[in-house]
Amino acid sequence: MTGETDLSAADKSAPRESRRSFLAALLGVGSVFVAALLSVPLIRFALFPLIRRTTELKGSPVGELSEFASSTEPVMRTIRIEQVDGWRKAVSEKAVYVTRDGQGQVRVLTSICPHLGCTVPWNKEKKEFTCPCHGATFAPDGSRISGPSLRGMDTLQASVENGQLLVQFQYFRQLVSDKEVIG
Amino acid sequence: MSGEMSRAHSSASGPRESGVWGWLNRRTGVDDLLRGALDEPIPGGARFAYIFGSGLLFIFISQVITGVFLALYYVPSADHAHTTVAYITKTVTAGSFLRSLHAYGASAMVVVLFLHLSQTYIYGSYKGRRELLWLSGCVLFALVLAMAFTGYLLPWDQRAYFATAVGTNAVSEIPWIGESIKRLMRGGTEMGTLTISKFFVAHVFLIPAFIFALVGSHIFLFRKAGAAGPVDEDPYQPKQKSELFYPRQVLMDLSLTALLIIGLGLLCFFVPMQLGPPANPADAQYVPRPEWYYLPIFQWLKYWHGSAAIVGVLVIPTLLVLAILALPFLDRSVERRPWKRPAAMGAYAFVVFMLLGLGLRSQYLDRHDSGVAQQLAKQKADEDEYARKPFDPELSSASLAAANVTLADPLAAKGKTIFEGQSCNACHGDGGVGTAAAPALLGINKKFSPGQLAELFKHPTAKMNAGGMPPIDLPPDDLKALIAYVESLK
Repeated sequence: MTGETDLSAADKSAPRESRRSFLAALLGVGSVFVAALLSVPLIRFALFPLIRRTTELKGSPVGELSEFASSTEPVMRTIRIEQVDGWRKAVSEKAVYVTRDGQGQVRVLTSICPHLGCTVPWNKEKKEFTCPCHGATFAPDGSRISGPSLRGMDTLQASVENGQLLVQFQYFRQLVSDKEVIG
Repeated sequence: MSGEMSRAHSSASGPRESGVWGWLNRRTGVDDLLRGALDEPIPGGARFAYIFGSGLLFIFISQVITGVFLALYYVPSADHAHTTVAYITKTVTAGSFLRSLHAYGASAMVVVLFLHLSQTYIYGSYKGRRELLWLSGCVLFALVLAMAFTGYLLPWDQRAYFATAVGTNAVSEIPWIGESIKRLMRGGTEMGTLTISKFFVAHVFLIPAFIFALVGSHIFLFRKAGAAGPVDEDPYQPKQKSELFYPRQVLMDLSLTALLIIGLGLLCFFVPMQLGPPANPADAQYVPRPEWYYLPIFQWLKYWHGSAAIVGVLVIPTLLVLAILALPFLDRSVERRPWKRPAAMGAYAFVVFMLLGLGLRSQYLDRHDSGVAQQLAKQKADEDEYARKPFDPELSSASLAAANVTLADPLAAKGKTIFEGQSCNACHGDGGVGTAAAPALLGINKKFSPGQLAELFKHPTAKMNAGGMPPIDLPPDDLKALIAYVESLK
């Protein structure tokens, strides 16, 4: 008895039911659309490190290129390294040498000994770099002469912009024969 | 009963049964859940008066989402809070928009909350077995205001700092325990980094947890009691023809949501929330002003000083809160029509009038006191100026240690070049901060006198030797400079 009435009720409400599901589909699509729209700023916000560089090492100015034109031996310069790390920055100072390679091109060397990391001073009398810690020696262009170091002094990536010599400071792994960047 | 069964039956055999939806439904019963949520009967039919509750739910969800995203970059400490918020507003893509959405969202929450409360009160919808529903709503109201109060401090700009200083000061006016509560809130006698930690934990963990729980119970209690319907409906046994929540009421509710999205979106896009200059507790000129929804309380507190303070700060607010909480217990009549409840409507009009009056009075006084008006204008100008500046990253403390070596003492400055020339920094680190190879030299002046250092440099101890520290052989002047530098490291 109840089954019969239910059946007829379902028959009658069929068009209404379909109108309801059409509306539901419309609302569902609309909600998904609005939600997608609203999540655009959220996604842009969260993906900011992909959109722009949030951590970077800025090239440090070493000096005017012309300053080094007449130098006959390596010149020590202290550079300011600015490392941006999100909302903070670290500033440190490092000593580098501006010298020339075999072809007379400007070359920038880090002063850190590739053996165990001491700062290598330039020895004016002997015309070579001599590490004070374990006695490694290097030629004016940084190539290895003698001592415990397994490779020559490390060359830094340098570029010239508007006559300014810029250098990208990096650290390299010690105690290995091949230059290997460690950030 | 048979009606419900037939509905369940028709849904089980309906067209949705096939495909992914059908599979999902067989596993979860999501169709019945949806129907349960949407087929709520509303006596007297759908109305625009009932849209505020779901509007609140929408803003709350928006606040949770934007809040979680802001936490991706925010750091709760007096040192970094302002920098990180500046980073969010000035550098991160869509950062200013999201922060504005969160900040204006708080204001929107207060507005819609007031409308929701007013509708419930004017319609007498708290009557008829709805005491707990009303109580949970009252607690939610307090929690939302607490969220606004704790969140306001977090950017740690001048405005936030001083408004919270005034707010926490007001608490200390409570007799006997006020001072202790203030100290507990601040994490000390003064506002500082511990205040941020406490406010952050309250804003991000504690209060939201309570809000989630109470929103759940509020909705549960609402469904348990049933919708109250229009003002001429019986609050216990609704008699009017009812209409289901879906679809008309849903559409009405969605219209408020759409209005909120469009309104807040345009506001945040065209008039983003500003961040002022960082908090400077030493600024004795600053005129603190709370956010607009706290202005009435701010103005109210101005009138109560000395021995009368206990009346204005404790007695009257406590009585008011108790009266609001006890409302459904005291007002037991089934009469819901506002025009038949003159006392209730009078009280409502009085409270709203007082709130409005106090808020406007505060604004009026600020505008007509030339000193205050000038200072407020200057503060606004400072904020505008700060907002225009590009983001400036914070210098890390390690680089500060290295930077403080640009010493005033020329002898120590010479010593620095020797320190680096002799490769001392290779093991002891730049600025003597220490590395894995050798200990830090910071503060060594407290352990060794210059004479003792000279002796150690020339004749390192066996332990130093074993660690790789060579004896230092330098001309006396250079040694003196090196010692001056090492002693200067702090």
